[in-house]
Amino acid sequence: MEEQYLLKVDNLHTHFFTKTGVVKAVDGVSFSIRSGETLGIVGESGSGKSITALSIMKLVPNPPGRIVEGAIYYNGEDLMSKSEKQMRRIRGNKLSMIFQDPMTSLNPVFTIGRQLVETVRAHRDLSKRQAEARAIELLTLVGIPDPKQRLKNYPHEFSGGMRQRVMIAMALACDPELLIADEPTTALDVTVQAQILELLKRLQEELGMAIIMITHDLGVVAEICDRVMVMYAGRQVEFTNRIALFDHPKHPYTWGLLDSIPKMEKEKRRLQAIAGHPPDLRYLPQGCYFADRCKQATEECKMHEPTLTKLDDHHLVRCLLYEDIKVEST
Amino acid sequence: MTTLLEVKDLEKHFPITRGAIIPHKVGAVKAVDGISFKVEQGKTLGLVGESGCGKSTTGRTILKLTEPTGGHIYFDGQEITHLKGEKLRRLRQDMQLIFQDPFASLNPRMTVEQIIAEPLKVFGMHKEERQKRINYLLEVVGLSSYHKERYPHEFSGGQRQRVGIARALALEPKLIICDEPVSALDVSIQAQVVNLMEDLQKAFGLTYVFIAHDLGVVHHISDQVAVMYLGEIVELGSYDELYAHPKHPYTQALLSAIPEANPHRKKERIVLKGDVPSPATPPTGCKFHTRCPFAEQRCRLEKPTMKVVSLTGQEAACHFVEEVSDVVG
Repeated sequence: MEEQYLLKVDNLHTHFFTKTGVVKAVDGVSFSIRSGETLGIVGESGSGKSITALSIMKLVPNPPGRIVEGAIYYNGEDLMSKSEKQMRRIRGNKLSMIFQDPMTSLNPVFTIGRQLVETVRAHRDLSKRQAEARAIELLTLVGIPDPKQRLKNYPHEFSGGMRQRVMIAMALACDPELLIADEPTTALDVTVQAQILELLKRLQEELGMAIIMITHDLGVVAEICDRVMVMYAGRQVEFTNRIALFDHPKHPYTWGLLDSIPKMEKEKRRLQAIAGHPPDLRYLPQGCYFADRCKQATEECKMHEPTLTKLDDHHLVRCLLYEDIKVEST
Repeated sequence: MTTLLEVKDLEKHFPITRGAIIPHKVGAVKAVDGISFKVEQGKTLGLVGESGCGKSTTGRTILKLTEPTGGHIYFDGQEITHLKGEKLRRLRQDMQLIFQDPFASLNPRMTVEQIIAEPLKVFGMHKEERQKRINYLLEVVGLSSYHKERYPHEFSGGQRQRVGIARALALEPKLIICDEPVSALDVSIQAQVVNLMEDLQKAFGLTYVFIAHDLGVVHHISDQVAVMYLGEIVELGSYDELYAHPKHPYTQALLSAIPEANPHRKKERIVLKGDVPSPATPPTGCKFHTRCPFAEQRCRLEKPTMKVVSLTGQEAACHFVEEVSDVVG
């Protein structure tokens, strides 16, 4: 490995063992992220993007979920071999995560101050007073006005956007090197979303952390991601940089996603919807998982499973359409 | 073109009361605070705004699910503001609602057949006729008659929303209020449902009031768009005019805040500071002045009224419409 990666995920398989069958939520995902970079993971509900994130943090609820295969390297260290105790030291310190819903991630019966101080002291050996000073510093960092007073407030006294800022402050408590943001703006209004995206961009510049941005909104991807991984039914179907994703999308699913977004142009065109719906992860079809909904699909697609093909240095795609190209070029 | 729905100075204030034994009114949440608009037969009005701006309350008040506290509603040439009892019940055949959350708005203990049959039963349709109608409706929304026996949990989000649409269509309404019908759906499924709603509008000459916070979807489906802020309409115009030349600073900020799926377009973003104030204690003068980048003394004192700002009839409520649109336009 020539290049230094902050985090490298190799052939990750996370399955859920339920009464009605094995749900292959994440089924062979590999990627890596450098420090200071923003990686986007895009996909619809059930595509496995959140489970990928939880797997990295080793927070997959077990049972029923289990990482059945794969390796996760953080700064060269294998996270899979870490004990829960060791993981606790890494979580929050080096790797941090923010969640979609700031309403349910904060405890309603404790003040923001108490929750922030608790987080800070869980990871750092600080006195109560020092931790409080750090909490004020953090709230200032995420742009909450009058932080000293706000420490005494309860979560319900904050608006949605403010709560998400508090969550971000908490995640930043120990200057993490990697922040995993799981749909951080989905529950927010568009003007507040703009504020939070600006905030994340600013924090990344100031603190130099890497961000994994999980989202279903390609607009958000276009806004802040350097590289993008598109997921479908637990697998990556396309992986490339931001410009190539929007200018030269290769996978029919990515085309479909881009076409489904209503464009705000003067001329109205009918939306190009992707027919059907994603497959049941318990009963995955043979061949390409997207074949049922794909306009390009041939008989071949329903028989053979496509592999992740490298088109060029920064473009991977999982589709039979491109497998020939690989043969020609190699 | 005939006007199907007209709303004049509509108000819905929810009282805030104190005291358990002798409750007395101490204030009011002005959820809807004097809004006016018209919707033509067969057209779509988009109602956009952030959470808490009163767009859903507007929809529910038009349907008379809550009693308006002021103003007038005219439907099909008839004033319905204070309609009650049997007359209101009859009227409801012509006005239906599609809800946001297809998981919560369908009874989990009823089959699809029972769900769609319910409005038909209420209005006294015969069993045989009902069966025919249900089969027809399922076909119209892109489901099959074998789906009849199934329960809502057996369907995906998009299919459930189709069931909700079939139920709304059951009584051949003239007006459908769509309250965030696609915001709970994934983008590829969202496109399917939006397309379906457009097809149905054409086929049955439906009139929609389309409530949403997603400006992209609203642009796509609407003929007219009204932008709401804290219970008031701040701008109203045709979809293309309003999006191409927004006049009100709030509309401009809202449009500039949408992240566009185009990495090459670097737009000037107006990032609004702070949050929406509480509708119980709205700011004086122009309600937007606390977050407006152009606000001056006059905005704090004097409330702007809606005035026509372009030849196409676009209206905006701002003291400095000309100046503001010069800056951005």
